[in-house]
Amino acid sequence: MLDDKFEIQHDLTESDLLALYSQLCLTREFEMRVAKLYSQKGLPENPHLCVGEEAIGIGSCYGLREDDFVLPSLRGRSVFLAKGVSPSTLMAGIYGKHTGPSKGKYPSHHMGDLKKGVLAGSLIIGSQFPLAAGAGFAFKLKKTNQVCLCYFGDGASNRGDFHEGINISAILNLPVIFICNNNGYAIDMQVEKAMSIKDIALRGQSYGIPGITIDGNNVLEVYQTVKKAVKRAREGEGPSLIECKTYRLRPHCERYPESRPKDEIDFWWGRCPVKNFKIYLSNKKILTESLDQKICEKVKDEIDLAVKFAEDSQFPEPSEIYEDVYENGTIKDGRLCMK
Amino acid sequence: MHEITFREAIREALFEEMKYDSNVFLVGESIGLRGGSYLVAKGLIDHFGEERVVSMPISESGFVGLGVGAALMETRPVVDLQFNDFLPLALDHIVNDAAKMRYMYGGKAKVPLVIRTFFGAGTNSGCSHSQSLEAWVVHCPGLKVVMPSTPADAKGLLKTAIRDNDPVVFFEHRLLYALKGNVPDEEYFIPMGKGEIKREGNDVTVVATAMMVHQALDAAEELKREEIEIEVIDPRTLLPLDSDLIIDSIKKTNRLLIVHEACKTGGIGAEIAAIAAKEAIGYLDAPIERLCAPDTPVPFSPALEKHYIPKKDDIVAVVRKMIF
Repeated sequence: MLDDKFEIQHDLTESDLLALYSQLCLTREFEMRVAKLYSQKGLPENPHLCVGEEAIGIGSCYGLREDDFVLPSLRGRSVFLAKGVSPSTLMAGIYGKHTGPSKGKYPSHHMGDLKKGVLAGSLIIGSQFPLAAGAGFAFKLKKTNQVCLCYFGDGASNRGDFHEGINISAILNLPVIFICNNNGYAIDMQVEKAMSIKDIALRGQSYGIPGITIDGNNVLEVYQTVKKAVKRAREGEGPSLIECKTYRLRPHCERYPESRPKDEIDFWWGRCPVKNFKIYLSNKKILTESLDQKICEKVKDEIDLAVKFAEDSQFPEPSEIYEDVYENGTIKDGRLCMK
Repeated sequence: MHEITFREAIREALFEEMKYDSNVFLVGESIGLRGGSYLVAKGLIDHFGEERVVSMPISESGFVGLGVGAALMETRPVVDLQFNDFLPLALDHIVNDAAKMRYMYGGKAKVPLVIRTFFGAGTNSGCSHSQSLEAWVVHCPGLKVVMPSTPADAKGLLKTAIRDNDPVVFFEHRLLYALKGNVPDEEYFIPMGKGEIKREGNDVTVVATAMMVHQALDAAEELKREEIEIEVIDPRTLLPLDSDLIIDSIKKTNRLLIVHEACKTGGIGAEIAAIAAKEAIGYLDAPIERLCAPDTPVPFSPALEKHYIPKKDDIVAVVRKMIF
């Protein structure tokens, strides 16, 4: 059953709503397939899945311009897919294939693609805040009216770079929206034990910027809230901090065993963002059983194709280790030499 | 040619590049009104405004990371980090972001970022305000590392660094800022990976960096009276390193001394010695020598600090020992 809070005032058409639902289903199908493949035969990349948190990436990106940028956290699959990165490319990345986003040089769960407006994150949790500020700085300098969405988890909000990056963004009025996936745990460190405040959004006050806490499992609430913050940023009014309360329905990563209580996980399966949005759309008579079946089959086919593409793709050649380090300069005998 | 200080040479490079490309901007602590700790960028805010000469709060990690993000978005940030002792505060963004972005994007991204930083002992500033930490970043693939010793080199190399599409860490020895030297009137660039023979000689190759180049040149004057001619080589860029220039010189002199102000273990001298031992072992008539600061923190008191920094007399003594 949906609670009343799921009902949000929004400006979306029926086809928008169905597009959001399809993207949620695509992400879920992608993630669960990766989990299955990983448990069946292992994969080069250790999956950090966003199962349970899909609505945050999908909802936040839906109102963006094509030239807006995102800097996802380590659980960014929904963001990549929402920004138009193909499932095949992402899957090939997980397999370490040459057709992946970095040609096999970097784990795909932190991939970047500047043409799609996706900034790569480093594997260092919480290092993204200053980089997002930098993207915002460039947009402001060039007067392009672009914005950058910077995603992070509750754990990352305890890093010093959270403070430095948001403070700099605030004093310079940079067009950056800081979006927190507060899933309650940094691996197994409970958020209540990692900070002495209840809502991370409170921290916005320290920087003189709006801070708001929303239901991260409600794609419509995410969409509407981010849209407002984006408008504000585009108009030169500076950054916002949006805390999306959510829960991950898989372990921290697939290599780790689950460490959280089963009844807690079961409770949150009851609040699943994909299932609840489906109920919402069905209640509104926007999604029929047959249409749902069609959407599910379509995303299943798309992921089948992605897996086939990844498995059929070639691995990179060993000589490629030395490529893409410098633009001007080559690695000879293991050392940098100028061309 | 016109004679200017090392400080003014850097300012000229910044001015010319900011004029040439509106996507070049400066950030750093006190960079706006003061022009940074050593006034290098003083006055640039009057030409280019607060939008492109931006003073930052005390957030070294924050504004170096900002530089990386902005560089990915088709701008050319020049970040003034001030003391190289602040490198550890910002190293995550230099080592894990700037240096690796091109690789992480499979070659489809560039980080045209310059991080200017001053270094070196000799001002009684204490152990976390006086170090020479270039070896830390030389050990990081994806970066380029520059360390000039004259006004002309500083200007030509900084202009090259700003136009380079790879991230560059640009080390400025603080005691060089007041040094005067001739700089060409016309526009010029000095390429990465090209060292320079600062004085020719046939007896000992002395590879030196920054302040140590000048100590070596002073030593050369004294040794000349004893009819010993040292060849002083300034690599100018440490990554890439002009090993050909050094090897060719060793083939002529058959002796190698490396002088740097950084402490000995793991310093750039170790890398140069290893290359020489591999590529010129048959030419060497004496063991390779290194003259560096000791493996201790930089001491504070003038009475201690002057003994810590390698100086002309030390170079003279080591060269004599190598010859006889």
